[in-house]
Amino acid sequence: MAGNTSEKWQGGLLGWIDARFPLSSMWYDHLARYYAPKNFNFWYFFGSLALMVLVLQIVTGIWLTMNYKPDATLAFNSVEYIMRDVNWGWLMRYMHSTGASAFFIVVYLHMFRGLIYGSFKKPRELIWIFGMIIYVALMAEAFMGYLLPWGQMSYWGAQVIINLFGAIPGIGETLAIWIRGDYVVADATLNRFFAFHVAAVPIVLLALVVLHILALHEVGSNNPDGVEIKKHKDANGNPLDGIPFHPYYTVKDIVGVVVFLIFFSIVVFFMPELGGYFLEANNFIPADPLKTPEHIAPLWYFTPYYAILRAVPSIGGSAFPGVLAMALAIVVLFFLPWLDRSPVKSIRYRGTVYKVWLALFVISFVVLGWLGMEQPSTVKTIIARVCTIVYFAFFFLMPIYTKIDKTKPVPDRVTS
Amino acid sequence: MKKQLIAALLLLAPAWALAAGEQGHLAEANIDPNNTQSLQRGARLFVNYCLSCHSAALMRYERIGKDLGIKEKLVAENLVFGGGKVGDLMTVATHPDDAKEWFGTIPPDLTVIARARGVDWLYTYLRSFYLDSSKLTGVNNLAFPDVGMPDVLWELQGWQEAVIHTVKKEDGSESKEVTLELVEPGLLTPNEFDRAIRDLVNFLDYMGEPAKHERRALGVKVIMFLMLLLVVAYLMKREFWKDVH
Repeated sequence: MAGNTSEKWQGGLLGWIDARFPLSSMWYDHLARYYAPKNFNFWYFFGSLALMVLVLQIVTGIWLTMNYKPDATLAFNSVEYIMRDVNWGWLMRYMHSTGASAFFIVVYLHMFRGLIYGSFKKPRELIWIFGMIIYVALMAEAFMGYLLPWGQMSYWGAQVIINLFGAIPGIGETLAIWIRGDYVVADATLNRFFAFHVAAVPIVLLALVVLHILALHEVGSNNPDGVEIKKHKDANGNPLDGIPFHPYYTVKDIVGVVVFLIFFSIVVFFMPELGGYFLEANNFIPADPLKTPEHIAPLWYFTPYYAILRAVPSIGGSAFPGVLAMALAIVVLFFLPWLDRSPVKSIRYRGTVYKVWLALFVISFVVLGWLGMEQPSTVKTIIARVCTIVYFAFFFLMPIYTKIDKTKPVPDRVTS
Repeated sequence: MKKQLIAALLLLAPAWALAAGEQGHLAEANIDPNNTQSLQRGARLFVNYCLSCHSAALMRYERIGKDLGIKEKLVAENLVFGGGKVGDLMTVATHPDDAKEWFGTIPPDLTVIARARGVDWLYTYLRSFYLDSSKLTGVNNLAFPDVGMPDVLWELQGWQEAVIHTVKKEDGSESKEVTLELVEPGLLTPNEFDRAIRDLVNFLDYMGEPAKHERRALGVKVIMFLMLLLVVAYLMKREFWKDVH
């Protein structure tokens, strides 16, 4: 493709660059002549939004780093210093804290899009895998970032999660100490989490995002109908149901970005704590290793897994089964492309069985998320167990119910 | 015997208050963050009554002056004690070890206390001290049982005593309730005292996030701009998409 266009660009600065670097061909391959299905709907905004939030987090993060002190005696105060004495510091901080939650909202909706339209299915398995690794990296990034303000919730949240590693038989205790760098969460933990949060994990995230997009552009985007647009091409070899990403989807995504930013701004400027869901009240109390808060719960985006952890009964006093279940709840997502045996991709042409299972899965995920924030009780534990079973049944029974489910005929071309 | 029984019941008073629900019994602070005079009065109360033991070490005097419209000279004269500068952080001279010896605990820094506890809790707490001879400080608190802090505002409020009532519910069952009754008036009437506490809590809320006012003002502008941008972005999208069928 680059061959026939390069002649037009001979000479000039661009020609000079193109002779040395594939600038124009990259522009064409990934934007101006990357053909995307023309029938993208609402659910297709969240990919570009996730990318934008990533950039937002990196930029605000860099500015926060300029005044943040990764030191157990200074960290809490340095955050408040940013909030009051640094010009626009409060804005950077709220954008970053809101951005963390926004990132998960966007990513969860992006993943749900994959579930309803079968975007993880052949030939897009690798896109899904890269996406899942991004999700796991994002969880690590959020978990380590949450320690940095060094409030009570930062401290005890980290303590609880790192102690989970301690539940692994044999090596657990040693492993937990190795992760913390101390017998309890302390300055050493804060320093290494800072290093990972601002350098290591962001680099990994960026690289994975590149891989995710490269894999996507290799096979082409899926769409709400789940049909391959590359099957029907015009005389020039362009998909009949495709339109160039730029300008069509760039201008469309700008609309999505602005709508997102309006909601984002409502939170940042008018309710940055969002009733304790985005910033917890207890985190305005400096970390105190001697005072355990009555109620420790992770931030909302981890609570479904936290609820699974608590739902699984411990065996012989060891929480290991719960830890295992929690890990499995994430690992099982990686295998989705091979668990789904349905001949069709999109929910539009699937039968009732898959729709019912997907609905049950979403309900149990949301309920688990709520339960993870609550103090456990007998009734709540029972509900959590039922939801945990539904969560796993959705995946483990998938090879069976997707195979027997009746499907509707898939159209040849996308519907508008 | 009767006296002992009452004493025993009084000892249990905080437990009942707790059992009644952690958040249920909080009085509403009803603060007005836009009322500069209230904030100024609150600042004055804070430096006079709180700042001798509690620090607000993440806040500068200067910022208070700037945000609450108090001239720098007035800030220096009325808020800064002990030869400090207006640009200083609001620290305390009390040594932590001394404080620990006196109160059994180091008085917490109050800069962001309103964000940690909430304004309603602070408002309730500051009005809930009552006489309790079993405590070293001579007082206890319904909202914060066995608190180490003495009733520093007694001079304003006077002294309160805990009175236990038996309340009959609709279904005929009885339950105990604790209320506080003023047994010795202070310099202020109860209404004046409540207002003073409201001012103080208002100030604590301001201090918890001095940028709050600026944040909301900027937010209105940002969102108005985004609304306009949305119209432009939507029209641009519609224009480009005219040829997609």
